[in-house]
Amino acid sequence: MTNNARQHIHAWLLLLPAAVLLAAFTHYPAVATIWHSFFSTPKGARAAVWVGLDNYLTLIEDPVFWQVLVNNVWFALGTIPLSIVLAFVMALWVNGKIVGRGFLRMAFFTPTVLPMIAVANIWLFFYTPGYGLLEQFTVGFLGLPSHNWLGSQSTALISLMVVTIWKEAGFFMIFYLAALQAIPPVLAEAAAIEGASRTQYLLRVVIPLLMPTTLFVLVNAVINAFRLVDHIVVMTRGGPDNASALLLYYIYDVGFKFWDSAYAATLTVVLLILLGLAALFQFLVLERRTHYQ
Amino acid sequence: MSAIRLQQVSKAWAEVHAVADVSFTAQAGQFVTLLGPSGCGKSTTLRLIAGLETPTSGSVHLFDRDVTHQTPAQRHLSMVFQSYALFPHLDVAQNILFGLKVRGVGAAECALRLQRTAELLGLGALLHRKPAQLSGGQQQRVALGRAIIAETPVCLMDEPLSNLDAQLRQEMRQELRALQRQLGITMVYVTHDQTEAMSMADQVILMHAGRIEQNATPAELYAQPATVFAARFIGTPPMNVVALPEHAPAGVLLGVRPEAIRLASDTGHAAQVLAVEYLGADSLLTCRIGAAQLNARVPGHHANAVGATVRLVWHAEDEHFFDAASGHRLTQPPRQHVEMVR
Ligand SMILES: Nc1ncnc2c1ncn2[C@@H]1O[C@H](COP(=O)(O)OP(=O)(O)OP(=O)(O)O)[C@@H](O)[C@H]1O
Ligand SMILES: [Mg+2]
Repeated sequence: MTNNARQHIHAWLLLLPAAVLLAAFTHYPAVATIWHSFFSTPKGARAAVWVGLDNYLTLIEDPVFWQVLVNNVWFALGTIPLSIVLAFVMALWVNGKIVGRGFLRMAFFTPTVLPMIAVANIWLFFYTPGYGLLEQFTVGFLGLPSHNWLGSQSTALISLMVVTIWKEAGFFMIFYLAALQAIPPVLAEAAAIEGASRTQYLLRVVIPLLMPTTLFVLVNAVINAFRLVDHIVVMTRGGPDNASALLLYYIYDVGFKFWDSAYAATLTVVLLILLGLAALFQFLVLERRTHYQ
Repeated sequence: MSAIRLQQVSKAWAEVHAVADVSFTAQAGQFVTLLGPSGCGKSTTLRLIAGLETPTSGSVHLFDRDVTHQTPAQRHLSMVFQSYALFPHLDVAQNILFGLKVRGVGAAECALRLQRTAELLGLGALLHRKPAQLSGGQQQRVALGRAIIAETPVCLMDEPLSNLDAQLRQEMRQELRALQRQLGITMVYVTHDQTEAMSMADQVILMHAGRIEQNATPAELYAQPATVFAARFIGTPPMNVVALPEHAPAGVLLGVRPEAIRLASDTGHAAQVLAVEYLGADSLLTCRIGAAQLNARVPGHHANAVGATVRLVWHAEDEHFFDAASGHRLTQPPRQHVEMVR
């Protein structure tokens, strides 16, 4: 056996444990899901039979699917830009020389370290009609009429979006903060000497230098937006009338409440495609732009 | 008109007194170098002029305007940083044009000046590279380009040539000096290389431990060092400063430049040769007279001289005297010495 071949075998052996786990719990389920989406749901004695694209035709005609997809797109559009901008502003703020910035950094990061379910419960209390924190302010202080934020079709999704922004912004801030601290201070000095104002420095130097971070955060935000399920389970259960249901929550409903596993698999394929596109974008665009060198 | 005037400027951080009580004036169009060993406060002084640091006390004036509390942008000067400070996401052309763009200079004017600057610095072929794709010397030239394209009345440079090879450095010295004269720029140029300071400057400010040791023309610095530190800093090799009882009374140090010492056959001081360093045109003899050790730079090749006894002579006018306690130059030769000459 040549030395070269031995090296290859060693490399593969070293990779084997990770590869096995990945294959067993990521690749096989993904492929199996696609496979199952072409079969009917097995019921009692009736085994699953090949139905071709039937499940996909059902999907196209399923109004609830379209509603959750549209919900999800609105959810993404409403949460991603805002949480990124907020994260950036907070990072700029806590990167400055201000008193108590250690405390501020911790405060901004807290939502991220809290468990999602705990966060959702806290916010559930905020939104509670009657005695919730929000009502105490809007009704008690501003004198507005009482409103069931999570219980009405017009505000349920928005209320969830607020929670998500609150949680994601702190997380993304950490990335921006790390990137900001990697910018050598002498660049700010050079820009100041060249006559650039603080705004010009921000626009011409800081933001371009943070571009790779922004792309990274953006891709993660998109993935998170289509993966969100915990808040919905605790706060609205998709209601009222699917107004706050997102794709993954709908899959959960179809799969584990209606026990229609084939249709759930079909919906999952759609989710996989969406996440795959995000990953592809990350590989093709982000990987290339991250490195100036 | 004075372009730059520092009045009793001090800068201290918690424990470090980086710059202490520094005052000097640079006339418009002058080329001033700040010279001194590492850590003596050269960069800090430059940053105080630029406005990147605010002095703990004292004031900074540009063209008779008090700018002590103005921002760097308001001072309208240019600067080359010791670490270049190029913008990594911009290519060479964009880096050089950064200042003109933020100040709103028109595209045609930008293109014209860019072409001139790139030509001067030999950057023409590199204009579309990113800083990371350049060698250290090329990056330094880009930093120079960014400073000189602005054509500001005052330009500050922090060891701008330290990363260039000997030949390029020599060329750039002349180019910079010519450019500075041509544009009438007031230049403050930091270096720890005395050759650079002496060959380029109209005025050399020698610093030591945050203070100005001497502020003089290169010729004056060489001919009349104000302190023992200045005497021992300037010259290759620097001046011998020794206690020689036959020449200077106790408490007074004698200074003689190695190149002022000659070998004689019958008169002069008997000295033992400790080492010989051959330099080509001349040789450097390290000799001992009594307890004192001196360098002598004499013509010729003296390979066999080690261990031999030679006689050293020098002219009385080549002697410098310093107060041993304060290190200051004594303008009057000490009396004992005068008697000895007779
Ligand atoms: N931001 C700072 N905080 C504390 N001390 C500083 C700071 N900047 C400089 N110093 C100290 O001030 C002194 C002078 O520093 P400076 O950078 O002016 O030296 P320099 O003459 O430029 O040296 P070099 O030739 O090595 O560049 C040094 O002792 C340095 O450690
Ligand atoms: Mg320095």
